[in-house]
Amino acid sequence: MTESANRGQERDRSPVPNADVCVIGAGPAGGLVADSLADEHEVVVLEAGPRFDEADRLERQERAIRPAYDRPDVWEMGGERDAHAASGEWFYPLNHARVKGIGGSTLHWQGMVMRLHEADFNSGTERGVGPDWPIDYADLPPYYVAAERELGVAGGADNPFAPPREQPHPMPAFRPSYSDSLFAEACNELGIAMHSVPNARNSEPYDGRSECVGYGTCQPVCPSGAKYDATVHVESAAEQGATVIDRARVEQLAHDADSIRAATYTTPDGARHRQEADAFVLACGGVEIPRLLFMSDSDQFPDGLANESGLVGKYFMDHLFAGVGGILDEPTRQNHVGFLTSESHQFYDDAGEDIGPFKLEFFNYAGPSPVELALTGEDWGDDLLERLRSEYGNHVAVGALVEQLPREDSYVGLAPERTDDRGNRVPDVHWHVGDRALRTIERANEIQRSILEELGAEVTWTVGPDETGPAYHHMGTTRMGTDPADSVVDPACRTHDLENCWIASSSVFPTGGAMNPTLTIAALALRVADAVDAALR
Amino acid sequence: MELSRRDAVAALAALGIGAGAVGISQVGDSGSEGPPEAELPDDAHVEAVAVAVAEVLYPSAVTGVDEFVSEFLSARLSREGHSDGVREAVATVDDHAQQWHGEQYVNLDDNTRDRVLRELGTDTAEEDPEGTVAERVRYYLVNDLLLALYASPTGGELVGIENPQGHPGGTDTYQRGPQ
Ligand SMILES: Cc1cc2nc3c(=O)[nH]c(=O)nc-3n(C[C@H](O)[C@H](O)[C@H](O)COP(=O)(O)OP(=O)(O)OC[C@H]3O[C@@H](n4cnc5c(N)ncnc54)[C@H](O)[C@@H]3O)c2cc1C
Ligand code: SF4
Repeated sequence: MTESANRGQERDRSPVPNADVCVIGAGPAGGLVADSLADEHEVVVLEAGPRFDEADRLERQERAIRPAYDRPDVWEMGGERDAHAASGEWFYPLNHARVKGIGGSTLHWQGMVMRLHEADFNSGTERGVGPDWPIDYADLPPYYVAAERELGVAGGADNPFAPPREQPHPMPAFRPSYSDSLFAEACNELGIAMHSVPNARNSEPYDGRSECVGYGTCQPVCPSGAKYDATVHVESAAEQGATVIDRARVEQLAHDADSIRAATYTTPDGARHRQEADAFVLACGGVEIPRLLFMSDSDQFPDGLANESGLVGKYFMDHLFAGVGGILDEPTRQNHVGFLTSESHQFYDDAGEDIGPFKLEFFNYAGPSPVELALTGEDWGDDLLERLRSEYGNHVAVGALVEQLPREDSYVGLAPERTDDRGNRVPDVHWHVGDRALRTIERANEIQRSILEELGAEVTWTVGPDETGPAYHHMGTTRMGTDPADSVVDPACRTHDLENCWIASSSVFPTGGAMNPTLTIAALALRVADAVDAALR
Repeated sequence: MELSRRDAVAALAALGIGAGAVGISQVGDSGSEGPPEAELPDDAHVEAVAVAVAEVLYPSAVTGVDEFVSEFLSARLSREGHSDGVREAVATVDDHAQQWHGEQYVNLDDNTRDRVLRELGTDTAEEDPEGTVAERVRYYLVNDLLLALYASPTGGELVGIENPQGHPGGTDTYQRGPQ
């Protein structure tokens, strides 16, 4: 496999004349915006990373399994291009948390896609903490439905805690796993309801892509294409006439007093280009969007673009992981597939000031994968087989995602000293978590432990407040609001300060809830596409 | 348990036989420790040594190792970049067998074959396609063969998982209880 960075040097990467819309970033947000607009408008997509060759996916899968490679190696993350700082109270492993390339971070993602709950839009009112969103759940259902159709979601109607929905998911949910049936008995005793998980993963052939064939390496790579990734929409946009330029790093947004004139980007040959357009959509993720706004500072806007509020980069949030694992004295059949089939959202809406929303996840891949185990260690032959048999087979685990509240001291800024290979200051993820999230992790741990105890498991590990880490969801850094003094974008996701600049990203989330964000990102991206379309008419 | 052609095909499906061009895993640049390319062993010899190594690495319960390894290798050796690494690893094992034990690796008894791999340090080395000699032999030979076995349905079944990671074994097995 040729590293993608060494390929495609020769492609034409010059700007497109007379572009209506310039989309920056080719992840799901940018892909959906481009795909929605490409039919009627001249669209150009600028993407910093490469166009990965689909034929290389099995080799990437081998990297995912082999110990010689770290996770960021699978999608070629982590060189000087991706340098970053992490000056906060909590280290942030940024290059584990994103992919740069056509498809964006969905190349690596897990693909769990649920809607936010109604109360997530009104945290201040309903839970007494954080701001309310300037929009409500009721504003989103048509976009949620469309997002579920676009991504291809397999889901059921069996979740009693989910917000109201209008029609079934496009595909039936994946059936529960054998280990789910073990958990079900314990949860039944404890009065905890389990239900299916909406997955952006084909439970049957969908949209020209294969059904899931059980490779089991979903995160970080699905060789069959059954797991949705945003190459789907970027390719579809290109088929409709959009120009997609890979390895085009936008370094600055040239502007006048109230609008963006051009995106300045550099290409692998070192050339610098200017892409002009009538409308700009920033879709380069919750860390690079504020970075680009800061890098576009000027005499007029010395604190960065779209930053009259001073809030660009502020309120960086992620979801936190909590988990308890153990072993049973019977087989639990883990690691056949790499995705989840059961969760419980039962405790989600108990959230208030002290404890945040959280959801429970029942693992299908607890404990080691035998293939990976076989490649480490000093034994082979019968001894190795004996070790594999003793270490694989009876693990169980319950995970959770927990909400973190927005805080001003948790932010994305520019590192004062460090620059990347093009001389641009690197992003500094200055991450602070806050006590409510830590208390929520403890609460999740309590429930997780009670489930494992009821199951008769011996608890062998806990990820609690001291061990927790991020779920790689970058939210809050250009928050949405009605008042330009305390938000960066308006309820339509257009920046208050620049009339032709929209943001499609979880960076607009005022609060994060505890649901994986990408379905909401997709819904908001489709809504942004409608707004841009209306503005261009 | 008999390894079948299906296992080899499955292992290949898991690992990818892609016809990638020259890649980072190319070993040609990685120092002067390996023999020059002109002396790299041919396919038949690579296969013979790899089968002999696999007999050490694979549990005694598996049979059909010859055919499995040969099927797997023929595709692995056609992968540019990877192929030279495998050949170099085989040459290293052979050299060591000759110099320390006065025999070709394939002619050694099982215990001595095992010893050669340990004397080279491949048991304690962590795999690394661009590392030391031991780390490269671990990557290209030892772990390639272990990966082939344990990503195949038969290898998985030995451990109790008929759809191991890397094998596209469908979506029924995860729902099934222990048999
Ligand atoms: C391991 C992992 C697991 C995850 N699992 C889930 C999950 O189960 N469910 C879920 O909802 N979410 C999950 N996520 C998060 C999900 O991947 C993101 O929410 C989603 O991809 C964000 O979409 P986006 O389009 O906003 O940004 P991205 O997908 O990150 O895409 C942004 C694109 O912009 C490009 N870009 C950046 N800067 C520039 C620039 N200056 N110029 C040009 N282009 C630029 C980048 O190269 C990138 O391709 C996971 C993430 C990771 C890493
Ligand atoms: S288990 Fe995961 S990696 Fe395998 S086909 Fe299904 S979605 Fe893709």
